[in-house]
Amino acid sequence: MLEIKNMTCGYDNKFLLKNINFKMNCGERIGIIGPNGSGKTTFMHAMTRLLPPKEGEILFNGKNIWEIKNKDLAKKIAIVTQDSPANFITVEEFVLMGRIPHFENFQFIETKNDIDIAEHAMHLTDVVKFRDKTLNQLSGGERQLVHIACALAQQPILLFLDEPTSHLDITHQVKIMDLIYKLNKELGLSVVMILHDLNLAGEYCEKLILLNNGSMYKNGSPEEVLTYSIIEEVYRTTVIVKENPLSLKPYVFLVSGRGKETAKDFTTGH
Amino acid sequence: MQINKKIIKWITLIMILFIILLCTGIFSLCVGASGIPLRKIISFFFDKNTGVELSIIFDIRLPRIILGFAIGGALSIAGVILQGMFVNPLVEPYTLGISGGAALGVCLGISFKLTNKFGILSMPVLGILGAGMVIILIYFLNIKRGLFKIYEVLLTGVMISFVSSSFVMLIMAVSGAEDLRGIIFWMMGSLEEPNWLLIKISVLISVIGLLASYSLSISLNALSLGEDNAQHLGINTETTKRLLFLISSILTGLSVSICGMIGFIGLVVPHFSRMLVGNDNRILLICSYLCGAIFLILCDTLARTIIAPLELPVGVITGIFGGSLFVYAITKKRTL
Repeated sequence: MLEIKNMTCGYDNKFLLKNINFKMNCGERIGIIGPNGSGKTTFMHAMTRLLPPKEGEILFNGKNIWEIKNKDLAKKIAIVTQDSPANFITVEEFVLMGRIPHFENFQFIETKNDIDIAEHAMHLTDVVKFRDKTLNQLSGGERQLVHIACALAQQPILLFLDEPTSHLDITHQVKIMDLIYKLNKELGLSVVMILHDLNLAGEYCEKLILLNNGSMYKNGSPEEVLTYSIIEEVYRTTVIVKENPLSLKPYVFLVSGRGKETAKDFTTGH
Repeated sequence: MQINKKIIKWITLIMILFIILLCTGIFSLCVGASGIPLRKIISFFFDKNTGVELSIIFDIRLPRIILGFAIGGALSIAGVILQGMFVNPLVEPYTLGISGGAALGVCLGISFKLTNKFGILSMPVLGILGAGMVIILIYFLNIKRGLFKIYEVLLTGVMISFVSSSFVMLIMAVSGAEDLRGIIFWMMGSLEEPNWLLIKISVLISVIGLLASYSLSISLNALSLGEDNAQHLGINTETTKRLLFLISSILTGLSVSICGMIGFIGLVVPHFSRMLVGNDNRILLICSYLCGAIFLILCDTLARTIIAPLELPVGVITGIFGGSLFVYAITKKRTL
């Protein structure tokens, strides 16, 4: 579905990403992780056609994304960014904007079909109850749900999310990640998301891409990526990795400065 | 669902505004230094009589009303477009310095007597060129360099206004008495325009501006979600922004060159239209256009009746109204 070949990209003369090679299949749920400044957002910008690569190419269903029309791409790929400056429009108006790529030339009013699809998207994300509220009246978690609803109204086959859970409480973190999981499993939507929280990434993604200093450090299942030695190497901090007793996925414990010495025994003994 | 309800609501609103516009026009025809009863005006359409009153109606008042419609609408949608693009309610042709640029162009035209050489149309052309230069300047100073912070845009706008008004004063200082009179007369702002050709052109450009911006209304809606998000919705943001800049500079340049500095319409009218219909540009553009037309016709009627038979510059009225409403608007809750 998505294939990146030898991509190098960045801003002006600074190359932030070097030689990225990566292939994604239909229906996968992929998390991009990495320290601050490792190039996660640049990677996302390159894949969503905001930033042209300096070298290499990005293929979507075998076609270079820079050769696909804006509008045609928007019918296939939807992106949930961290936020938008929109404040004083209602949730319903906002979600309906997701139908814009499907408008004909000189079509100004949504068709019945557009409205049904937007309605369905609002049901899926459970935001129907806010439909007449304006965005500034919502909490951060509710806003995030509305953004996802708007993306779903585009009826994409591939969904990108840029840190969908940042600044959210644990209720909303779980709610949003569960929703993404459900969309992936039940609707077959392929998902790529940038995640900050290693534990959410391990819990919810099938595959993780760990970026470090602009290159792909490790690419594989959570069990392969989230190991003590890799995390310590990339993040330069001591951690303890254990298994989540319920999901059996790796869980990363942070170690405070106080516990550094004792932590050594844990990790070596593991 | 509410699709039909929404469209019915929009159409009703447009009809109501249209009726108010018609009433305002008729009211404005009747009142003035000499009041002419409506019955008499209607009789003019049927009888082929001539007289002072007929000439007052058709040669003085009617052209002003038509021009008020065109210019009021043009300035309002220029405001809506710029506010939509910058996602900020304080942006308008004046605060961005676009009007200042247009004024400089027109002043240069007056002092070099270009009207005598190239005909009456050189004025709007110069106004549009002046406005266009400022827009290009703003584009390269702010947007191209990725500075989209609104206070920087506003600051550069205020500075551009300042610089261009200084240049206008420089021109005034070195020009002769006759040119000076022409510049001052023009700058005070008036809807009095004896040339029917210019009036027709204004109406034409203003209506085309409305249609052109309306065809971009969906893109403008998408831009309100931020540029990246608009691009993700399949909008070609660069092209859209350039077209919108072009439309707003043409509308502003035209208005300033024909009617002088009529301030605050581009700020106040869109703001109150937003309170009325919300932020959906599909209705906001039409609504603002009609409200702007109504507002300017009313202000002009006031300007020529308040101290009749003398006349106030219409810019004074819109400035006083607009200025106080502006203060009210920024101290009240934001709606964009």
